[in-house]
Amino acid sequence: MMNESSHAAPRDHVAAGVASPGRRKFLQIAGITMAFAAFGCDDDDDDDGPTGPNDGEVDLGSGDTGILNYAYALEQLEAAFYTQVIVTPYTGITAEETTILTDIRDHEIVHREFLRAALGANAITALEVDFSDVDFTSRASVLGTAKTFEDLGVGAYNGAGQLLADANLLLIAGKIVSVEARHASAIRDLLNPNSADFAGDDVVEAATGLDAALPPAAVLLAAGPFITTEINAGSLPTT
Amino acid sequence: MTTTSFQKQDLPVLDTLDPELLERVVDRRGAIGNITAATAALAVASVPLGLGVLAKRAFAQGGPLPQGIRDVLNFALTLEYLEAEFYQLGLAAPGLIPVGTGPVFVQISNHEDAHVALLQAALGANAVAKPTFDFTAGGALADVFSNYATFLALAQGFEDTGVRAYKGQAGALITDNAILTTALQIHSVEARHASKVRRLRAQKGWITGSAVDVLALVGVYVGEETVTQAAVNTTGFAGVNAATEAFDEPLTMAQVLAIAGPFIV
Repeated sequence: MMNESSHAAPRDHVAAGVASPGRRKFLQIAGITMAFAAFGCDDDDDDDGPTGPNDGEVDLGSGDTGILNYAYALEQLEAAFYTQVIVTPYTGITAEETTILTDIRDHEIVHREFLRAALGANAITALEVDFSDVDFTSRASVLGTAKTFEDLGVGAYNGAGQLLADANLLLIAGKIVSVEARHASAIRDLLNPNSADFAGDDVVEAATGLDAALPPAAVLLAAGPFITTEINAGSLPTT
Repeated sequence: MTTTSFQKQDLPVLDTLDPELLERVVDRRGAIGNITAATAALAVASVPLGLGVLAKRAFAQGGPLPQGIRDVLNFALTLEYLEAEFYQLGLAAPGLIPVGTGPVFVQISNHEDAHVALLQAALGANAVAKPTFDFTAGGALADVFSNYATFLALAQGFEDTGVRAYKGQAGALITDNAILTTALQIHSVEARHASKVRRLRAQKGWITGSAVDVLALVGVYVGEETVTQAAVNTTGFAGVNAATEAFDEPLTMAQVLAIAGPFIV
């Protein structure tokens, strides 16, 4: 699963886009996501264009199936990450942290396998992930990445709810998102115990008390550096 | 991934936003250093789904809310009133909350207050009035604001019930994307709260099975032992505990009101 190659160009671009945030920069970042239907990075062809199917590209599909595949992709990413965290624990990991991270790994595996089973023949293939930017020996790197993934997962499910047509699937998504939020809270609290960070103002807007809700384009842009497989999200519902 | 074009017109949704709201949020986020790509995306994406949409819906656009949605929002508002007053009283009680965990409860309290204001704004004149609450549940929990353990246990019960309550109403909001999304954005915040409060009680941040451990609150965890989701038995993936923990279950409006009933005079 692990891929050690890096994808400096797209990652550097994103980094440049957020180095001096301002309205223009935000618009630019968001613009990337809407301008192209394909996300992720293609290792062996830097000139690969955003249009048309490529070798190894996965198409999430349309309708509720597309949204479930989108969730399945994110759960694959999370499960792969925590599996590696438990295989190669960071230096100085505590018993409490091991328990929490093992639980989270198991939850993400359950989410991943549930979605694969629910999707059946419509499920996308296994994604190739790239954690070359994560230092698995470093507590700060691992927990920082976990925070990113969990907050991203919460925002993704919150944003995807309105894209689902089937109320039963909406309920399933609701059952999962609150567990992702529980994870996010615990990871954030490990990083800064007993502070406000478990539901910090950086992710829960203070004025409204609302968590993030992100469109698939924004989520896949943020997840892109960690996913090698090119993902085509062009057929996902938009309303 | 190739990137060649970064024009505003590539993101049509931005054209539908209130420019002042966009500026306010983006400027505020921009003031925070070391911002991440995910946070940046959040700053843009959260704008159309927040207070602006709800307030506009309530006051300017689209006419009155359908009765069914009003009922759900008033149900949510009642729970938020309960939570908001609970934490306000807890924070005001001398010596109750240890100094070390003060920031946790200030943050939760601020969120519940914000949720009350948000729902009131959405409902306008149709908002229900705040009930009179009795957090001792008729005297059964007489030490709720003098014994931290009691306070914490009740907080856990309220937060986990809140998560389950919002989840149970999602389907009733499916016809209104903006309100559904806003409800989901509240729902996950309640889950963040629940996880933290549970961990303050030396419990896992997630719910294992249906074990009851919250004093006088009956029925808070009914159904949480569920392991079959959409006809898929999930116990074979990572064990039974993980199967129950990985999915939070909903409560009906009636179940929630039965749990909250002893605290409403």
